[in-house]
Amino acid sequence: MTKMKLVMVGNGMAGVRTLEELLKIAPDLYDITVFGAEPHPNYNRILLSPVLAGEQTIPEIVLNPLAWYAEHGITLHLGKTVAQIDRVRRVVRASDGTEAAYDRLLVATGSTPFILPVPGKSLEGVIGYRDIADTEAMIDAATKYKHAVVIGGGLLGLEAANGLMLRGMKVTVVHIAPWLMERQLDDVAGGLLRKSLSDRGLDFLIGAQTESLVGDAGDGGAGRVKAVRFKDGTQVPADLVVMAAGIRPNTALAEAAGLHCQRGITVTDTLQTVTDARIWAVGECAAHRGIAYGLVAPLFEQAKVCATHLAEFGIGRYLGSQVSTKLKVTGIDLFSAGDFMGGAGCDEIVLSDPQGGVYKKLVIKDDKLVGACLYGDTVDGSWYFKLLREGRSVSDIRDRLMFGESSLGDAGHQGQNKAAAMADADEVCGCNGVTKGTICKAIKDKGLFTLDDVRKHTKASASCGSCTGLVEQIIMATAGGDYSTTPKKKGMCGCTDHSHGDVRESIRQLHLLTIADIQRALSWRTPDGCSSCRPALNYYLISTWPKEAKDDPQSRYINERSHANIQKDGTYSVIPRMWGGETTAAELRRIADVVDKYKIPTVKVTGGQRIDLLGVKKEDLQDVWRDIGMPSGHAYAKALRTVKTCVGSEWCRFGTQDSTQMGKDLERGLWRMYAPHKVKLAVSGCPRNCAESGIKDVGIIGVDSGWELYVGGNGGIKTEAGQFFCKVRTSDEVMEMSGAFLQLYREEGWYLERTVHWIARVGLDTIKQRVLDDVANRKALWERLQFALDGEPDPWFEHDKAAVDTRQFIPLVPA
Amino acid sequence: MSDWKAICRIDDIPVLGARRVRRPAGVDVAVFRTADDRVFALLDRCPHKGGPLSQGIVFGEHVACPLHNWAISLVDGEARAPDIGCATRFAVRVEDGEVSLLAGEVETLAVDDAASAGVDPATARRMTEEVSSCAQSQDPRVEKTIPIVSA
Repeated sequence: MTKMKLVMVGNGMAGVRTLEELLKIAPDLYDITVFGAEPHPNYNRILLSPVLAGEQTIPEIVLNPLAWYAEHGITLHLGKTVAQIDRVRRVVRASDGTEAAYDRLLVATGSTPFILPVPGKSLEGVIGYRDIADTEAMIDAATKYKHAVVIGGGLLGLEAANGLMLRGMKVTVVHIAPWLMERQLDDVAGGLLRKSLSDRGLDFLIGAQTESLVGDAGDGGAGRVKAVRFKDGTQVPADLVVMAAGIRPNTALAEAAGLHCQRGITVTDTLQTVTDARIWAVGECAAHRGIAYGLVAPLFEQAKVCATHLAEFGIGRYLGSQVSTKLKVTGIDLFSAGDFMGGAGCDEIVLSDPQGGVYKKLVIKDDKLVGACLYGDTVDGSWYFKLLREGRSVSDIRDRLMFGESSLGDAGHQGQNKAAAMADADEVCGCNGVTKGTICKAIKDKGLFTLDDVRKHTKASASCGSCTGLVEQIIMATAGGDYSTTPKKKGMCGCTDHSHGDVRESIRQLHLLTIADIQRALSWRTPDGCSSCRPALNYYLISTWPKEAKDDPQSRYINERSHANIQKDGTYSVIPRMWGGETTAAELRRIADVVDKYKIPTVKVTGGQRIDLLGVKKEDLQDVWRDIGMPSGHAYAKALRTVKTCVGSEWCRFGTQDSTQMGKDLERGLWRMYAPHKVKLAVSGCPRNCAESGIKDVGIIGVDSGWELYVGGNGGIKTEAGQFFCKVRTSDEVMEMSGAFLQLYREEGWYLERTVHWIARVGLDTIKQRVLDDVANRKALWERLQFALDGEPDPWFEHDKAAVDTRQFIPLVPA
Repeated sequence: MSDWKAICRIDDIPVLGARRVRRPAGVDVAVFRTADDRVFALLDRCPHKGGPLSQGIVFGEHVACPLHNWAISLVDGEARAPDIGCATRFAVRVEDGEVSLLAGEVETLAVDDAASAGVDPATARRMTEEVSSCAQSQDPRVEKTIPIVSA
C-alpha cells in the first residue's frame, strides 16, 4: 500500500514539533517532505538571543540535526522557499522549480519581522531580527562597525540590543511608546528596566519617531546605512539598524493559495484551515480564534493536537492559551501576565523598592487576581499566574499575597528564590530530590521546553509544586522556554476532557451507577480508564449514591484494596483503631503478642496517636487483624483517619472540656467515612491546644463556654492553619457541624483534594452559608452522612460486605 | 514446548486485577487479567524501584505500579515514556479457562534478579542507583535491549 504524502512548508519549531508528535503516534502513515527556506535544520529560535549575546553557539541550539530527518525518512529541501500552493493539483512548488505532491499539507511558515515603511528601509545594514542569517549579520556587523540602532523597545528589540552591546557595539534603542515593553510592563517597571539597561550601557530614545534611514552613498538614499533621522530633525549615527518593531504572521503564500486569513491563517480547534480540509496550519502563522501565538508553549500544544488529527485519531482540541512573559536578558528578572495595568474597578497592591531594584504590582478585581507585573524578584510569578488562571478568590490570602507563596508556609527548597544563584549540586525539588544540575541536563539532553515536560522527565516540582518558580527560572535560562497553560478547566486525566466538576455533576444528574456507565455517558477515550481516573470515579459513585452504587475494589489504590499501607519493600503496615487515642492493657498485650508471633520488625507510635506495625507480609495481614482484634484504623485510606485528643478535663488541671470523650464520640460517629482525601480531626480541651487542632481538617478547641471549630487545617507540605468556622455550646452540635461540613466536602470535593484546597476553590463563605446559615441544609447533610455510614462494614472483619477479595492474600503455587 | 505448568483458572484472577505466583526461587510472577479476559505475566517487580506490580491498578494493557505509578505495558513489559525500564515477561497460555506458565521460565527466568520483596538496604540502594543511571541514559533504544533477561 502506498503511503499518503504529507508536505510541510516551513521547517521551524512548531512545524517540526508537529512532525515529532506525529511520528510518535503514527510513524508509518506518511511519506513526509519538508521545505525550509533557511539552509539550516530545525533550531531553537528562542535561543538566538543568547547566541547573539555570545552565551551559546549555533550548533548548540540545533534541535533536529540532519540525521534526524534521515532517520525518519523525511525528504528535506533546505534553502528552498515555496512559491506556490496549487490546491487543485495538490502540489507545492518552490521558487527553484522543485515540486512535491501532497495528500495533506501542513503550513508552518512562521512570521516575518515588521519593517517600518520609511525611506531607506532597503539600505544595506538594515535588517529584521528573525533567523540565523539575521543573527550572523549582526555578529558580523559588530566586528566591523561601531554604532547600532535598534528600533523597537519590546522583548525582541531589547534582547537584540543587549546582545549587540555585549559584542562591543554602541547601541541606541529607539522606542515610540512612553516606556519600554509597554505591552508587558507598567510604567514603573518599564522605568526600572530602562535604568538597569542604561547602567549596563544602552542608550534610549523614548518617544522618538523615526522619519528615515540615511545611506552613505549618493544623496543618502543608497549604499550602507549611516544614520537614523527622526521627525524632530535630530539624527543618530548608525552602521547597523535592527527593526524589532513587531512581527507579522507570514501568510503571503497561504493568501495567494486562497486560504482564508485574518491576523494569520484561520484555523479551527483542530488546527485545520477553514478553507481546505487537506491543509493544516500551526505556529506563528496560524490564527486560532483570532489570536496568533508567538510563544513556544502554546505552539507546542497546537503541535500535539494537530498531530493527533494528522494521525487520523481525531481526538484533542486546542482551546487557546493564556500567556505570560519573561525577558531573556541575563541578570534581569521580569515577569508579567494578565491585566497588569489595572484601572477602573481594580485595586492595586504595590511593593516598590527602586534602590533595591525590586518592584511588584498585583492587580485585583472583584477579589480575584487579574494581573501581575514583577521586576527584580520573579520567583512567585508562576504562583501568581496560577491564581490568575484559576480565577479563585484571594480574599482569604490578600494580606499575604504580595509576599508570595512562601509566606503561606512553604517547605522543601530552603527559601531559595534565585535559581541562577544555585550550584548544580543544590537541590531544587525537595520532594523528589532533584538537583539543579539534573534539571539542566534533562532540558539539554531531551530538548525539553515546558514545565510539564520537565515534571514528566525529572519529577522536579511534580509533587508539592513549591519549587515551581525555581524550575521555571531554570527552564528559562537553559532552554529559553516559556510556559503557559490552556484554560483553567482541565480534564480529569488523559482519558477525558471532562473536569472533575463536570463528572461529579453528570453522575448526580444522570444517576450514573457504575464506572462503565460514566465512561459511556461521557465518551471516555480509553476502554477502562486509567490509574488516575478510576479511583476518582469509584469514589464519586459511592459517595454520591451510597447503598446504591457498588464499590469496585479493582478501581481502588492498593492500600484501599488490601486495607493496609504498602511500604517501599512491598510489605504492609497495620494500624489498628484506638478510639480517641485511648487504649488498654489488654489491647497492648494483644498487639505485643502479634508483634512476636508474626515477627513484625518495627513498631512505631504515629503522629495521630496510634500504634503502627510496619513490615507485615501480605500473607499475614488477615491473621494479624484477627489476632489483634481491634477495628481497622483506616490509616491506609482516603477516609477518616484519626481523631487526636488531649487528656482534657478528666485529668488535666487546665482542661475546660472533656476532649477525650468528645474525640471518641466523633471517631465512633465518623469512622468508615471515605472522602476525597484523608481526613484528620483533633479535639483539644482548652485553648492551649495540645492536640494541635489548628492543623486538622476539622479541629475542635474546648473553651469554658463550649467548643470552637476550625476547618481546613493541614500539617502537610504547606502548613495551613485552620480557619475559624463556628462556635457551639454542646457536643451534639459539634457532631452535627463537623459531620455536615465533612458531608459537603464528601459530596462536592474533587478526588485527592484536601479540605484546605476545596475551601480555597469554593470559598469558606459559601461553605459557611450552606452549613451554618442554612439550618435545613445542615440537617439534611448530617442525615445523609449518617445514612451513608449506617451499617458500613469494618473491612478487617467483614470481608464480604466490604468487598475485600481475600484471594489477594494467598499466593498461587504452581502444581 | 510441552512443559506448560497449570497455575490457576482464569476466574481465579479478578478482572482488571492480578494474582501472585510463588516460585521455588526468585521473585514472584504476577499474572494479570484484562477487561477482555486476556492474561499476561510479568516478573512481580517494577523496573523503577522494585514495586510489586501485582498490587497495581490494571487498565487497558497496562498496570500502574503501586509505589510510584509508573505505567508498565502488560504486552512487552516496557515502562510508558518518558520513564525508561522494562519488566521481564513470562509466556502465558490460556486453554479451556486454565492459565499456564512455562515450567522452565517459572523455575529459572530472572531468578537471579536480586531485588525481591524484602531486600536488604544495601541491595535496595544498589537498585535505586542502577535505575537512576538508566533514567539518565540518553538513548532509550539502547535501554530496551538491556532489561529483558534471558533464561
